Amino acid sequence: MLLTVVEDREPTPEVCALARSLDPVVEAVAYGADPGPRELARWGVTAVHRIRHELLDAYAPEGYGEALAQLVARLRPSGVLAAATEHGTEILAHAAARAGLPLATDCVSVTGGDPWRLVRSRGGGMLLEEAELAAPVKLVTVAPAAAVPAAGPPHAVGECAVAEFVPELEPRHVRARVVERAARTEGTGLATASVVVSGGRGVGSAEGYAVLEELAGLLGGAVGCSRVATGNGWRPHRDQVGLTGTRIAPEVYLACGISGATQHWVGCMDARTIIAVNTDPDAAMVARADYAVIGDLHEVLPAMVAEIRARRSVHSGPVVSEERG
Amino acid sequence: MEVLVCVKRVPAAGARVPLTGDGRDIDTRHLGFTIGPHEECAVEEAVRLVAAHGGRVTVLAVGPAECAEQVRYALAMGADRGVLVDAGRSDPDPEATAGAITQAVRTLTGGEEPFDLLLFGDCSADAGHHQVGIRVATGLGLPIVSGVKALEVAGDGLRMRREAGDGVEVYRVPLPAAAAVREGLNLPRYPSLPGRLRARKAELRTVAVEPEPGGLRTVRLRQPADDRAAVVVLGHGAAAAPAVVDVLDELGVV
Repeated sequence: MLLTVVEDREPTPEVCALARSLDPVVEAVAYGADPGPRELARWGVTAVHRIRHELLDAYAPEGYGEALAQLVARLRPSGVLAAATEHGTEILAHAAARAGLPLATDCVSVTGGDPWRLVRSRGGGMLLEEAELAAPVKLVTVAPAAAVPAAGPPHAVGECAVAEFVPELEPRHVRARVVERAARTEGTGLATASVVVSGGRGVGSAEGYAVLEELAGLLGGAVGCSRVATGNGWRPHRDQVGLTGTRIAPEVYLACGISGATQHWVGCMDARTIIAVNTDPDAAMVARADYAVIGDLHEVLPAMVAEIRARRSVHSGPVVSEERG
Repeated sequence: MEVLVCVKRVPAAGARVPLTGDGRDIDTRHLGFTIGPHEECAVEEAVRLVAAHGGRVTVLAVGPAECAEQVRYALAMGADRGVLVDAGRSDPDPEATAGAITQAVRTLTGGEEPFDLLLFGDCSADAGHHQVGIRVATGLGLPIVSGVKALEVAGDGLRMRREAGDGVEVYRVPLPAAAAVREGLNLPRYPSLPGRLRARKAELRTVAVEPEPGGLRTVRLRQPADDRAAVVVLGHGAAAAPAVVDVLDELGVV
C-alpha cells in the first residue's frame, strides 16, 4: 500500500497517477478538513486516513510531520507521495526527519522496484538528477512537471473508506504554528500578467526602468527584473523573475538587458514567447529567445513606445490619454 | 543573541551548467564558487540581529577545505566566527549533511553558550533538497519555520512571515529556534574592504565529524532536452521597433 498526502479537498492528479503506477493499492492522508472521499475514489484511492487532533487546528509543520510519521509507523506503507508544494515538501521533510527516513524532493519521474529509481528536477529544471532511493518506506515529493504514467482506468467509482487517526501529540510538537493568515498582496501582478517587460543589468539604474514601466503600461503588462537589478537596489525583490524570485508563464516575456543566467532563465522559460533586447548578440538570453533585437534597450524601447502610440493614433484617432501609465 | 548560520559552497553557474564527462558531477574547472542567494540573506539577517540585540554570529560550512572561501565571505559581511565541518566525503546526501551539522553544533556548544537561533537557506542553490534545516532542527529538538521572508524579535521569541500557496502565514516561535530563510528577506550587503581584510586573517575552527550515509544516492546528472526553435533576429537598434511591434501585434498584445 502506498500513501498520498492530500492538502486540499481535491487530490493532486499527478500524485495519484504516479502512486498507482508504483503500487496497486493507494490510500490517502488528509488533515482536519473533509477529505472528499468521492473525489479520491475517482482517482483510485480506496481509503483515506483523516488525521484529527486539537493541537493541529492551526497549521503546524512539526505537528503535521509527527502525525504523519506516527501514521507511517502504524500502516507501514511502501512509500508516501506528496505534491512538491510549500506544505507538501515541509510535511514530508518533518516526517522523514522524525522517522529517520530519506526523502527525495521535486521528482519528475519514479520507477518502482528496490531501490526506487527516480529523476529529480534541480535548480528549477536546469539540471536533472538520476538517483536511487533505498528505504523501508520511501518518501517522495512530486514536481508539477512530473511525467505522469498512464495508470489505466481508475477503480470502480464509489468506495473510499474514511478512517480517523488520532496521533499522540504534545504541545512541544506545535511550538511553530500559524498564528495569522492573510491573502498574498505582493507580487501577484507579476505572477499573473500576460505581458511582462523585464530589465536587468543593461537598464543601468532605478530611473532607467521608467521606459519599461511606460511600455508595460501600454501593453497592459507588469514590470519584472533580474537578480542583478534587485541586488543593486534598483527594484524590489517582489519584481524579481527567477528561481529565487517569481516563476512566471506569461504570453509574452520581453527580456531587456538581461544576459540570461540559469537562475533567471528558469523563472521565465515557461513564457509562450520570449523576446530579447540586448547589445550582446552572444548573450544566452538572445540565443534562447524566440525573437531578438540586437541593440541598446534605451534606444529600442522608446522607439517601440513611439511605434505603438503612432499605430494606435492611426486606428483610434488622436486621443490616447487612457493608454498612459 | 548567539546565531549560527549554515552556508554551502556551490558552483556559481552562468548561462549553462557544464557537466563532467561521466555525468557524475558539475564540471567546475571553469566556474567560480559562491554561497546560495537564500544563505546570503541568512548571513545578512544574522549580522543585523546581532547588531541590534548583541551577541555573535557563527558561520558554518560542511565540505572540503575550499569551503573556507565561502565562510570568509560571510565573515567579511560581518559574521564573527567561522567553522569548517570536515565530514570526510565530497558531496554527502541530505541526511549525512544534516547529521554532520547536528554533530558539529553539539561539539561547538559543548561547555559553551548554546545557540539561540540557527539560520539556514530555504534550500541549497545546487542540489535543493529542501530538508537539511528541518533535519538539523529535529535532531537538536528546535522548532523551525521554512521559507521565511520576514523575521523579527518579538518578546522572548520570534515572529516570522512566509508565503505559502496563495496566502501569507505568520508564525510565533519561542527561542531557541531555527529558520530556513528565502531571498527577499533583506538586501544583503557587499562586504566592506575592512571586513574583507579582517576575514582574510580570521582563524577558522575545523570540526571533524563522521555522519552516517543516508538512503538517497545520486547516480548521475544530465541536461534536460532543449526543444526551443532557433532565435529569429528582428533587427538592430531603434530601427527594429516596427518589426517587434509587428510580432507583438501578431501575438495579440498591442
